[in-house]
Amino acid sequence: TANAQLSRVVGAAKNETPQSRTFIRGIQTVTLIPGDGIGPEISNAVMKIFEAAKAPIRWEERNVTAIRGPGGKWMIPPDAKESMDKNKIGLKGPLKTPIAAGHPSMNLLLRKTFDLYANVRPCVSIEGYQTPYTDVNLVTIRENTEGEYSGIEHVIVDGVVQSIKLITEQASKRIAEYAFEYARNNQRASVTAVHKANIMRMSDGLFLRKCREAAEKYKDVKFTEMYLDTVCLNMVQDPTQFDVLVMPNLYGDILSDLCAGLIGGLGVTPSGNIGANGVAIFESVHGTAPDIAGKDLANPTALLLSAVMMLRHMGLHGHAKKIETACFDTIRDRKVLTKDLGGNSKCSEFTEAICQRMKDMD
Amino acid sequence: MTTRSVRALSGALKPLFSPRSPQGYVVAVCHQTHKSTYTAPPARYGGRHTVTLIPGDGIGPELAKHVCELFRFCCVPVDFEVVNVDSTETSEDDINNAIMAIRRNGVALKGNIETNHNLPPSYKSRNSLLRTTLDLYASVMHCQSLPGVRTQHRNIDIITIRENTEGEYSSLEHENVPGVVESLKIITRTKSLRIADYAFRTAREKGRRRVTAVHKANIMKLGDGLFLECCKEVASGYPEITFDSMIVDNTTMQLVSRPQQFDVMVMPNLYGNVVSNVCAGLVGGPGLVPGANYGENYAVFETGTRNTGKSIANRNTANPTAMLLASCLLLDHLKLHGYASMIRKAILSTITDSRLHTADLGGKGSTSEMVQSIMDAIQSTGPRTQRH
Repeated sequence: TANAQLSRVVGAAKNETPQSRTFIRGIQTVTLIPGDGIGPEISNAVMKIFEAAKAPIRWEERNVTAIRGPGGKWMIPPDAKESMDKNKIGLKGPLKTPIAAGHPSMNLLLRKTFDLYANVRPCVSIEGYQTPYTDVNLVTIRENTEGEYSGIEHVIVDGVVQSIKLITEQASKRIAEYAFEYARNNQRASVTAVHKANIMRMSDGLFLRKCREAAEKYKDVKFTEMYLDTVCLNMVQDPTQFDVLVMPNLYGDILSDLCAGLIGGLGVTPSGNIGANGVAIFESVHGTAPDIAGKDLANPTALLLSAVMMLRHMGLHGHAKKIETACFDTIRDRKVLTKDLGGNSKCSEFTEAICQRMKDMD
Repeated sequence: MTTRSVRALSGALKPLFSPRSPQGYVVAVCHQTHKSTYTAPPARYGGRHTVTLIPGDGIGPELAKHVCELFRFCCVPVDFEVVNVDSTETSEDDINNAIMAIRRNGVALKGNIETNHNLPPSYKSRNSLLRTTLDLYASVMHCQSLPGVRTQHRNIDIITIRENTEGEYSSLEHENVPGVVESLKIITRTKSLRIADYAFRTAREKGRRRVTAVHKANIMKLGDGLFLECCKEVASGYPEITFDSMIVDNTTMQLVSRPQQFDVMVMPNLYGNVVSNVCAGLVGGPGLVPGANYGENYAVFETGTRNTGKSIANRNTANPTAMLLASCLLLDHLKLHGYASMIRKAILSTITDSRLHTADLGGKGSTSEMVQSIMDAIQSTGPRTQRH
């Protein structure tokens, strides 16, 4: 009981965080969700690197195992939600989706809770991690809430199934405007809308119309439209011709993974989810890799680059550049690399190499 | 969607789908003509076949002309019945004429017909109409790395088999509430079994070891789940062929990192579109790969990636390889294998000469130069030819 009392007091002290705590001495608080499998070790790696870089970030760790709320609806723990609502910025490791657990996937739950409507994936070729494609530098912006993933399916008669793809004016407008805003803020020259309006005239036609309307408001950014199959065809022949791509859910899913494959896979690709009310959650999109969990073999690059994306989103460009340069230089050097990048160093050694590089930079 | 509207919609769709027979798969197989019993359309006119030719838009007409030129040169016993389809016309008379001509002749060679996607939904894609009306249920594309063409990956040999008539291309869309559009993706057991059966039969005939089904059943559990189930069912009847499945986003990632792992791929309509275009890009682009659309009674041949090539039309820079290889597939279909292999050999020998490469392959050659070189190659090795 003494322990229980102590933990309650400590808990109370931890939870009393007035609004002003977020901005004490220019330090931003960020909600950190380590995740499952290799999640905790790569999160630790990122925290260590941020410390070495002297980034003004304070981490608030939270767990997001689904719980049943009042009314029987599945939701994320209230302290996690509270933390995110307060801090607005989050960094998330890989979450496992147990099959037949009765609740929807955790990623889906987070998406619904914070209305994360845009998934942004910048794909930049990494020097030192050779792929058959060089000089890739594009960004895929994918609508994340509707489209083909609305989950509405019916069995009409036995042996006939219909899946409904939902495109709404509101969501299309929101994602189109976000794409142009992103292009403007990140000095990108053009935005290409990817669609299949020749076949899906009404749905993709609506999406395209909204993109055209948004293009009118952002005359400084060039706007083009391209069919999905043409994009795929050209992407694997010459990816350098693409800049920012904006598209509905399914095409975005396929194209963003295609582009990740061009630069080396999910182990090195950053990703960010932008939500309503200024919420943004940055995440690594690879799996939990349960076979190497806890063995200090994981590659933290994806989570690290997502964290760098987060710093840029917060306006901390100096620190972002420093960490990114250290990471790329370490990979380019090819002396200390984790197994998936072609080396045989441990995660901690890789992390240490990056930290050392940053100390040398100062 | 409210339950009432779901029921109304099911009611509207029920007459379109015939009731499933209780025996399912076995009965479906009995209704199909196996390829082994396939006979080519009869060569009625003095031993010569009549083939419908639809030039289409963009580079279609010039490539169609080259095909005619080449066939005349090689004395191929094929006469083309040209049917023009005007894509600017809103009436469907043109495409209906084309469909009637194909029903008459049984085979066709076509260029892509442009679809202006700014027109209202009442204007359906002409290509799509052709495919669904003639029930050309299998779109087959054989992507092979060609010697002499420089690409990021080598040794690719993938056959993509794509369901061509249903899925996301059902053109069933409606706007119940202003600003909210619903598009229906239909997956049926009959058509999924049919395409899976086609895939496995083709794999067996061509001696291929592995068939991969591409899907997104983790998200679209009922729709793609049904497709996957049908593939598994058919796979059990082909024990010598390995069957596995892969989610579409992982598939595209694997295709750009290690495409050599794939053999035969079978998938629903939209994923087929994406994957076949990725594969075509991997082996060198839209100018190299021919495509074939097979139905139970008809076959239509075209370029694999179905592009109109509007921007390079009439400039004599289009790559004729895809269309000419499609015409070879046509000749194989008509059982004129001698002519098919003669032309194919000439095309492949021309492709290895990089001085003749057209702009899409990074060269400066022209279409007519390439066709001329192919004709020269045939002249030097072939039996008899006819110059004008």
